Amino acid sequence: MNAVGAVIGVPALAALVLAAIPHHRASAAINVAASALTLLAGLSLLVDRPPPTDWVFVDDFNVYMVVLTAFVGATTSLFSAGYIGHELAALRLDAQRLRFYHAMYQGLMCGMLLALVANNLGVMWLAVEGAALIAALMIGLYRTPAAIEAAWKYFIFCAAGSALALFGAILMYLAAQPVIGPGMAAMAWLELARHAARFDPALLNLAFVFALVGYGAKAGLAPMHGWVSNAHAEGPTPVSAVLSGLLLNVALYAVLRFKMLLDANGAAIAPGPLMMGLGLASLLLASLMLYGRRDAKRLFAYSSVGHMGIIAFAFGLGGPLANFAGLLHMATHSLAKSAVFFAIGHAAQVSGTQKIAGIRALTATHPALGWGLVLGVVALAGLPPMGVFISQFVLVTTAMARSFYLALPLVLGLALGFGAMMLRLQGMAFGPAPAGQPAPLQGLLAPLYAHLALVVAAGVYLPPPLVAWLQDVARMLN
Amino acid sequence: VTAKLAVDVAHLLGASVLLLSFALLAQRRLSGVLKVFAAQAVALALLAAWQAHAQGAPRLYVAAGIALLFKAVLFPYALHRIAEKFDIGRAVENGIGMAATMVAAVALLWLSILLVLPAAAAQALTRVELALALAVVLLGFLMMIARRNALAQVTGFMSLENGLILSAVGVRGMPLVVEMSIALSILVAFVISGIFFFRIRERFDSLDAHSPESFRGERR
Repeated sequence: MNAVGAVIGVPALAALVLAAIPHHRASAAINVAASALTLLAGLSLLVDRPPPTDWVFVDDFNVYMVVLTAFVGATTSLFSAGYIGHELAALRLDAQRLRFYHAMYQGLMCGMLLALVANNLGVMWLAVEGAALIAALMIGLYRTPAAIEAAWKYFIFCAAGSALALFGAILMYLAAQPVIGPGMAAMAWLELARHAARFDPALLNLAFVFALVGYGAKAGLAPMHGWVSNAHAEGPTPVSAVLSGLLLNVALYAVLRFKMLLDANGAAIAPGPLMMGLGLASLLLASLMLYGRRDAKRLFAYSSVGHMGIIAFAFGLGGPLANFAGLLHMATHSLAKSAVFFAIGHAAQVSGTQKIAGIRALTATHPALGWGLVLGVVALAGLPPMGVFISQFVLVTTAMARSFYLALPLVLGLALGFGAMMLRLQGMAFGPAPAGQPAPLQGLLAPLYAHLALVVAAGVYLPPPLVAWLQDVARMLN
Repeated sequence: VTAKLAVDVAHLLGASVLLLSFALLAQRRLSGVLKVFAAQAVALALLAAWQAHAQGAPRLYVAAGIALLFKAVLFPYALHRIAEKFDIGRAVENGIGMAATMVAAVALLWLSILLVLPAAAAQALTRVELALALAVVLLGFLMMIARRNALAQVTGFMSLENGLILSAVGVRGMPLVVEMSIALSILVAFVISGIFFFRIRERFDSLDAHSPESFRGERR
């Protein structure tokens, strides 16, 4: 079994093992170990890349996504180990539910990683589909009416989205089949990319529109974002972190693979304006929605919609610089957002509520956690010297160079989002500490600070090899 | 089988799937919706079997079998039982009036022909099949939007899926058709069990949260 096999196989195997283990401490440990192994396998892909097969392939673009996904998966599993201990003590979950949770966690990782390395549009669809189904089950884990409603809503959005996405994949096959010939090859992405210039442009256009709407629903782009806030608020916090940090990215990755095929064909419509439109709509809508939120997890869920909008806008704008910004933003947003969810998870556990009004003066009661939250939110708001700032800065300047009227709504959305974040952060992090002994903090803060360190590092100093790498991928995307 | 006969029968069956999509939209009673849906699934299964025969692709027989077993028999039966058990309204409430729905349906059919027609490079067979399939997909969506009853909406979703399978079996050598139809069936099975366990009567997008007692406390 080569490294790609390990990236998919380890979580798949771990899911089976975890389904059989009733003891939650053991399964939390196995969950962490399996995620760490997956990360190692993913990292080894950076050095040694196995040749592409009919089913899976690794290129500069998806190896970046695989490493990011495996890394956040590993740190989240570590956070999850502490988190579930508290949930168990608070009687919100029982041992049986946890067994299911751990098995599903690995299943979700397996689905996302398979979607990233799949060299076949059908397999990619199946993998995204499977991951979404598992995510829906995990969102409903607490079985409260609100959780069930959230899971149901997510599920319906995803079912409709996946039907459209599948139609996109079938249309792509239809476009490819006269050129490549019938059979599996006409669904293999590498083959498609090689021959895309000769595809029928009308079919390509249709395929892209369906894929954009279908996968866009899973990426939380407006106007298909209705599920995002419920799903994040009602599910367990580690799932929120994985959802925002990874699953949205994976769906967007699928859109980008379709976009690359369109870009390769001169006669097809330019996919950029469509993506820019959806992106700006998501950003503006989410930034406005941020102001009314009372629930901390809902707040950051809307922030995810906005950031997905920024990324979609960046790739829609296209060109080496904007693509570079989009790629960097995928990583920095993913790291910062999951860090914030870790912090909110801890904060909700020590405060006993995830309402913004109930979380008070964390920097006074729990300094390490409170400042971690501050750093994370500052990063998401896009202040220097954080990595998110760099990608947004590059994006805004590129948009400005293209057209003032393109940059205007972008800057407006960013500024609105920034204001809302600062406003909400105030009460949660600062102010007078509530009376009484603060509840002790359980679990490790290491995952939170590891993410923050990387986000800061990305803002302060990007190593030249990484920059060269990202520039290569950015060129590939155009 | 001569090529002309293969194409003609495929078109006939594909067109009947589309016709049944229209019939589905015109039903006013849930029992009618389920019967018409089952008939559509039978037409789809026949088409898949015919394509399996005409293209010499035995895997499509499996897709036909799945369509027949799940969509023509099991799912309609399950929905029928749910409707009886929870006494969900026999009349299908309309979010959009019947006449307006039909006008919209014709417009969607026109749109799908318009969208697919420029794809002149594709072979004639594919073009017609694709227009039919796209129309069935869009009409399924229309059904999900136009009907206020969760069971009718699920049926709309299943009919949308029939459109996907219709397009997939129509293309020569389409890989993974069986896997896709299994995955789609699993999706539907989840939707139906969701309705069953959580007794969701209202529309999908606005589940009623004002009667939480009905599902709180159970299944703990």
